Amino acid sequence: MVDRSGTPLVEMRDVSVSFGGIKAVDHVTIDLYPGEVVGLLGHNGAGKSTLIKCLSGAYKMDAGEIYVDGKLVDIQNPRDARGHNIETIYQTLALADNLDAASNLFLGRELITPTGLVDDARMEAETRKIMARLNPNFKKFNAPVKALSGGQRQSVAIARAVYFNARILVMDEPTAALGPQETQMVAELIEQLKAQGIGIFLIEHDVHSVMNLCDRASVMKNGQLVGTVDVDKVTDEDILSMIILGKRPEVAAS
Amino acid sequence: MADASASGTSIGRKNIFKTLEFDTRLLGMVGAFVLVCIVFNVLTEGRFLTPRNIFNLTIQTVSVAIMATGMVFIIVTRHIDLSVGALLATCSAIMAMTQTQFLPSLGIDYGSPLMAPVAIVIGLLAGGLIGAFHGWLVGYLTIPAFIVTLGGFLVWRNVAWYLTSGQTIGPLDDTFQKLGGIGGTLGTTASWIIGALAVAAACYGILQARRARIAHEFPVKPVWAEATLMALAAALILGFVATLNAYSVPTRVLAREFEARGEVMPEGFTQGYGIPFSVLILIAIAVVMTVVARRTRLGRYIFATGGNPDAAELSGINTRLLTVKVFAMMGVLCALAGMVASARLSFHSNDIGTLDELRVIAAAVIGGTALAGGIGTIYGAILGALIMQSLQSGMAMVGVDAPFQNIVVGGVLVLAVLIDIIYRKRTGDV
Repeated sequence: MVDRSGTPLVEMRDVSVSFGGIKAVDHVTIDLYPGEVVGLLGHNGAGKSTLIKCLSGAYKMDAGEIYVDGKLVDIQNPRDARGHNIETIYQTLALADNLDAASNLFLGRELITPTGLVDDARMEAETRKIMARLNPNFKKFNAPVKALSGGQRQSVAIARAVYFNARILVMDEPTAALGPQETQMVAELIEQLKAQGIGIFLIEHDVHSVMNLCDRASVMKNGQLVGTVDVDKVTDEDILSMIILGKRPEVAAS
Repeated sequence: MADASASGTSIGRKNIFKTLEFDTRLLGMVGAFVLVCIVFNVLTEGRFLTPRNIFNLTIQTVSVAIMATGMVFIIVTRHIDLSVGALLATCSAIMAMTQTQFLPSLGIDYGSPLMAPVAIVIGLLAGGLIGAFHGWLVGYLTIPAFIVTLGGFLVWRNVAWYLTSGQTIGPLDDTFQKLGGIGGTLGTTASWIIGALAVAAACYGILQARRARIAHEFPVKPVWAEATLMALAAALILGFVATLNAYSVPTRVLAREFEARGEVMPEGFTQGYGIPFSVLILIAIAVVMTVVARRTRLGRYIFATGGNPDAAELSGINTRLLTVKVFAMMGVLCALAGMVASARLSFHSNDIGTLDELRVIAAAVIGGTALAGGIGTIYGAILGALIMQSLQSGMAMVGVDAPFQNIVVGGVLVLAVLIDIIYRKRTGDV
């Protein structure tokens, strides 16, 4: 069971984002505790990706505050987010297709030699190490990631998020493009990371995955938060009716 | 039976190239270049591949090749620069005016040792600033590069005109002129020394790369493959030096030099030209740009941004500032090209660099730079420039009419890209 007595690892308070008059995110508050997985659910266009991109630094909030370890932080761009140990695995994976796995893994944070040049050999060695842990079948270290399969590309994106000692991990539909075996691998990884005390926001369409992987679920509809529920205390149907009807189940509340 | 054996040998050949880890695209380009040379050599009855013509080819290629290295970065980041020829003209005009008007008005007269360096620094600054300004318009104000540089094409061509009142400005400083080509060469001894140093550097580089891979326990090529690579590099470098050294200074020119020093030329005295300074500058730029592309963060970000701009942005790369840097580099390279071009002419002319933008883009594209972004090499662009120049001068030597020369070059550009597209489709390569 997740201990929620202390300060949350991250709290997004009263966040609003609008695009040209349309409120994509409307006064939403969510939080996340260490070692917890919080699922974010909702239809396409419900605002979950927009909300989470404020945390990753890809979008700027129009209103609202973000607290990390109870302290107010200012996240203007992806670099700021990384500075607070917030790592994101985007749905599009955000990989440069023309570069190899190591270059992608270290993109923006290259290891350099004392002369200031990028240290490709060391980066490749580090990549081999982390890949041996995450995906032992991964062998194509010198090919551009364009030449990799969906699962292999996914593992590069995951390795990038995990390698830099993330404390807060955002995963935007990490299993959308994966086969059953690779999906299982991601599920195991999430358990592993949870055990290390990392907090994870998981954007997910599939209610069953949420029931299996998450501790809590926050459901959004039309930019607003329908509610946050303990996954153990509700049924699939409860969550589905939150998503579809925007109706909070009676038992809920957390 | 025959089929089986044929395919067997072709696989064997592929494996040799694979073991050497040769870039097949590079091989293709070298093949095309060699083919062009051989065809023209036959058509001109051996006049194409003489030391004299090779020497001329190299110094004619320098200006476009210098700019092509910068164009690679521009195109890799999914932009284009149509203003390089015009920018070259403006930088050349600024350097020429500095030498003939500005510095003399400050009391620094013709022949002063300060003349060339000051003019060059001012020219490079101007190029860098104008390039950075283009980059700011593209990166921060998000005007498409095509439009910015199309405007720049008109603006800078005519700024050059305005600065010089359309006149030819010269003669340029003697030291400055040495950077143009035949007027400034290393001589045979120094050329051999440079060649030997280059061979040593190439071998050291190959060894060092191998050592790094062994240190991290990565697979390495067999020793014979590395040795072959080294031998190949040495042969190429020393062959190039030997060719340039073999082109000897005409006896009349030598006799005049001796006369000027008040001496009498000994009977049978000969002297080779050696490597021109302008070619040295190109080689230095090629090395620096290749290191930037492959071994620096800047280069990594340039290629990442070209491959996936969103991913680069999400990785915390400041892609706007990157655009400014890339265009600023292009500007500096235009100034360097302007320096070499005007020094070769020994004066600044109003039409200097006309149509160079198209030659430069063509060189980069023939050299394998993909307009979709993310892919391109410095050596490819230089080779592309060399192929274009060979075609052009080869046809001139054969006596092809001027309009046909351009028609052929235009056709070759389109054909080269077609071949590249087919090649990529076949191999699924990037």
